[in-house]
Amino acid sequence: MILAGCDGDRTWRLQDYVARGGYSALRKILAEKIPQDAIIAELKTSVLRGRGGAGFPTGLKWSFMPRSFPGDKYLACNSDEGEPGTFKDRDILRYNPHSVIEGMAIAAYAMGAARGYNYIHGEIFETYSRFEEALAEAREAGFIGRNILGSDFSFELFAHHGYGAYICGEETALLESIEGKKGQPRFKPPFPASYGLYGKPTTINNTETFASVPFIMNMGGEAFLNLGKPNNGGMKLFSVSGHVNRPGNYEIPLGTPFAELLEMAGGMRGGRKIKAVIPGGSSAPVVPGGVMMDCTMDYDSISKAGSMLGSGAVIVMDETTCMVKALERLSYFYFEESCGQCTPCREGTGWLYRVVHRIEHGLGRPDDLDLLNSVTTNIMGRTICALGDAASMPVQSFVKHFGSEFEYHIENKKCLVPPEVQRAGSQIYVSPSC
Amino acid sequence: MLSQESLQEIDREIAKYPPDQTQSAVMAALRIAQVEKGWLPKELIEFVARYLGMPPIAAFEVASFYNMYDLAPVGRHKITVCTNLPCALSGGVHAADYIKEKLGIDFNETTPDGKFTLKEGECMGACGDAPVLLVNNHHMCSWMTTEKIDQMLAELDKK
Repeated sequence: MILAGCDGDRTWRLQDYVARGGYSALRKILAEKIPQDAIIAELKTSVLRGRGGAGFPTGLKWSFMPRSFPGDKYLACNSDEGEPGTFKDRDILRYNPHSVIEGMAIAAYAMGAARGYNYIHGEIFETYSRFEEALAEAREAGFIGRNILGSDFSFELFAHHGYGAYICGEETALLESIEGKKGQPRFKPPFPASYGLYGKPTTINNTETFASVPFIMNMGGEAFLNLGKPNNGGMKLFSVSGHVNRPGNYEIPLGTPFAELLEMAGGMRGGRKIKAVIPGGSSAPVVPGGVMMDCTMDYDSISKAGSMLGSGAVIVMDETTCMVKALERLSYFYFEESCGQCTPCREGTGWLYRVVHRIEHGLGRPDDLDLLNSVTTNIMGRTICALGDAASMPVQSFVKHFGSEFEYHIENKKCLVPPEVQRAGSQIYVSPSC
Repeated sequence: MLSQESLQEIDREIAKYPPDQTQSAVMAALRIAQVEKGWLPKELIEFVARYLGMPPIAAFEVASFYNMYDLAPVGRHKITVCTNLPCALSGGVHAADYIKEKLGIDFNETTPDGKFTLKEGECMGACGDAPVLLVNNHHMCSWMTTEKIDQMLAELDKK
């Protein structure tokens, strides 16, 4: 859908998007003066759920916006994609940036916002530059700016470039960052719909969510819903990484069996056996490979398997993976990226990393697994934002499903998987199609 | 303290935000300043803060919070390699080891000739392209085999 008909770097320009039917939804809405309520109702019918990770129904979120509020209202697009395993928004912005622009323009119309910002992840400067070019094209053609397509609807849209902070993917940290401050999350409530950017009502959606909007407007909410399965409407981009033959983005209907997705990604590298999958980005609990093979890729099925669909980032690990080492790296990430605002997270993520690190390095103690569990339960639910939970869930799930590997490490001061086997499994691997 | 071009670029960023919200441009302004000067000494951060009419401490907070700002001098080419889990499963750590060996430096070190600084990076949102590295914050290199690393280092060495 979003990436259909896109040919990599060659077809991202305005003329290409228009040739694919782009901006027809915005054109129709403005020409026919479709009421704001009707647009939000259509979104609700589609059961589009937030593609950034939380899966919150988009139509419902839009309806929270106080449209009658007389002052400024803002729109923000969250393209601060830095959750390990997730790399879909970069491709949307590189290969189909105008779908995001059109989606945001429709959103602005539906919620009465006059100004929007797309917050783009720091490490993808080249993508930010391209988005700036796409914005210039759209402005030139009258799809954003004053009196869009001759109507009385005006909407200004700008790109804001991050500079290296995972936490800015948290929506209120993102707003702080646009305000030119440290990206430290705000206490909620008040929610952004009442107190957002510069203290004004603001709606924040993920890149893929906005990019889906024009397609939903064109095909109708019902048709979009039917692409997926009940309560899990539409198509979704899955970023597959790790031990597969063809890592990459795959846009498939929600409800597609995981086995099919794995097949699309070229199957397991070297034909090795699947050991574990993190199905929704590094913050989602890990799922044993066998359980995963019976799942379908949608919010409900993955939730039943004890994890989260999250952003749709599927990290596949084969039998050569040391689960302690894998967790050590993830725990380091959360330790590094904790913004330092809440004590349980600032201190707790350090504890988690140091304990997993010592287990991995043969210095683990018999009660370390209890200690890990106790630290996680003391972080979860005790912080302003979800980063604390995100740091805890991998630890809990790795220990739960692969506890024997951790115990082996502690007892034998070495890994169950011989180091040379680990090395061979995770060497520099570049798929032939790259 | 900054060139006319950099200042114009900062002005373009300021124009993106409401007139009473110039502080919103601080991230971009610090980036632009860093691109021109190579890193962000204290005086430069103060200059940026004054230019935007914000307290210098608020600009320091931003410069020290986001990890792509360099608050100490770096080599002419800063190479940041992602070693996070998805990249590590496809050779991110090996790629970093290979660069360390070639340059004879560890993470957070600079070669004696001042040409290269090596950093360990966190997720760049490009896990499918592993091994991934950034050159001077703004240029991403994908699928970095040892041959491609050799070629990249040779090209950068000439610059």
